[in-house]
Amino acid sequence: MAEPILEITGLRKSFGALKATDDVSLDLRPGEIHGLIGPNGAGKSTLIKQIAGEITPDAGEVRLRGRSLSGIDAAGRARLGMARSFQVSSVAPEFTVLQNVVLSAQGASGATFRFFRPVMRDAGLLATAHDCITRAGLSGRETVPAAELAHGERRKLEIAMALALKPALFLLDEPMAGMGTEGARALGDLLDGLRHRAPILLVEHDMDAVFRLSDRVSVLVYGRIIATGSPEEIRADAEVQRVYLGEEA
Amino acid sequence: MSAAEIPAPRARRAAPSRETLVNAGLGLALLVFGLGAWLLDEPFLITLATKVAILAIAGAGLNLVLGYGGLVSFGHAAYFGIGGYTSGILAHHALNYTPMFEWPFLFEGSTSMPLIWLFAMVLGGLAALAIGALSLRTTGVYFIMITLAFGQMIFYFAISWPAYGGEDGLPIYVRNGFPGLNTLDPIQFFALAVAVLFAVLGLISMLAHSRFGLALQAARQNRQRLMAVGIRPGGVLLVAFVISGAITALAGALYADLNRFVSPSMLSWHLSGELLVFLILGGTGRLFAPLAGAGLYITLEHVLGGVSDYWQFYFGLLLLGVVLFARGGVIGFLTGGRHG
Repeated sequence: MAEPILEITGLRKSFGALKATDDVSLDLRPGEIHGLIGPNGAGKSTLIKQIAGEITPDAGEVRLRGRSLSGIDAAGRARLGMARSFQVSSVAPEFTVLQNVVLSAQGASGATFRFFRPVMRDAGLLATAHDCITRAGLSGRETVPAAELAHGERRKLEIAMALALKPALFLLDEPMAGMGTEGARALGDLLDGLRHRAPILLVEHDMDAVFRLSDRVSVLVYGRIIATGSPEEIRADAEVQRVYLGEEA
Repeated sequence: MSAAEIPAPRARRAAPSRETLVNAGLGLALLVFGLGAWLLDEPFLITLATKVAILAIAGAGLNLVLGYGGLVSFGHAAYFGIGGYTSGILAHHALNYTPMFEWPFLFEGSTSMPLIWLFAMVLGGLAALAIGALSLRTTGVYFIMITLAFGQMIFYFAISWPAYGGEDGLPIYVRNGFPGLNTLDPIQFFALAVAVLFAVLGLISMLAHSRFGLALQAARQNRQRLMAVGIRPGGVLLVAFVISGAITALAGALYADLNRFVSPSMLSWHLSGELLVFLILGGTGRLFAPLAGAGLYITLEHVLGGVSDYWQFYFGLLLLGVVLFARGGVIGFLTGGRHG
């Protein structure tokens, strides 16, 4: 078994009396999509934010390729290749598609304090950006301001921005939220192809998509992981059926 | 995912060229006004045009942080005044033959504009570094209030410091000099101010299009996203704040020379507010907004001011109209839409 890219051990986070993350351990291996499911309020987004470095856990550790990320902020983690999408699409709305992706490529290059040459004529950044835009399926939309994109296109833009970060892994927080069946399926196919570039930790509400795409699935309930396994194992797991799938059905 | 389907090109390409035309028109209007006043032998009008150019430089400094970075600084009078007092104090010592300090070396002050500008920009930049480092820990209305508070601190410091005139201000008996120019000739000083204005606007345009500028404009729109691509907004905004403070201080030094007088009024919050008004009138975040705004403000001050003592009432109505119905300001109105 290959070394995991991302390793989370004993993560805990409480807000007052609420245990949002309760001794969570999971890992993400090369080439896999690891689905994370759980009912509303299970603490999925809180977990993602701790991995991304946006909030600090009370205890436990996040390791990227064996390296502890304690004390590294969100920008530092992004620089290390942690590419994140947000539950509510988060892009620069006045920038065009191309500008957004160039911004991301610029972040990955680590050279922001350059004051003289025009960034939109930087051949290296543009080549990366165009490549990522094509991969995300947004070709032809480069000059459209992000604010004018359709919802599904904005999701793709976030994927293109994540790709431009030269990611070590993807943290995708409900990438299919609010998309129609058609759009969700197309995005699923896109994610399916991405796992070979970098593994994906996929938080998703769309059960069909999670079970179709994931190599492994973890189930988070009240801040605890109650089961991890292949989609078949999770479907068959009695406890998961009782607390989660059963309630939904 | 085929690259073959290229949708019809949108009409976006026309927009920037139209703004460029408007910008060229504005720059030309300032030059024509100044030169026209010179041909008609109207030194007062030349001075008025010079005032517009200098205030536009100050506004351009603010525009870098407000228009591009989204930081509403309500304390930019601080840098304007620091520039003004730098000019006044250096000239004061040089003209009175009272050395500014004798240790570790003799420094007698200066009446040379290039040297004064350098001092003004360094001091303005340092003040912005200190104030920015503290203020940028806050956002939104707290940022507005804390920049105002720092501005007021410096204002009251100037009032209570008798060595350089205190509340009465400090005269500059002879306008400071620039190599090769007679700065006391209004048209030559006007030309100098316009040259500095265009140089500053060129600098800001270059910054806006650079990697730094891309990150700065992203910081205005979405700081969370900027973090997620590995760029910390704090550093980007602080560097912009320092450059902004230096530019506004340069304008202050020129303004002191224009009036041949520095007083605490250059540091007052009214001035901070006027700079904000220039940008709102001109169209926040547009390169030439400070020139359009300052030009319109000074024009109205003289036209309406001649009609009524209460011209600011009518001016307030106009400002209200701009805020409610023409968010892009004068330049947005003339170019007919948002900029991309």
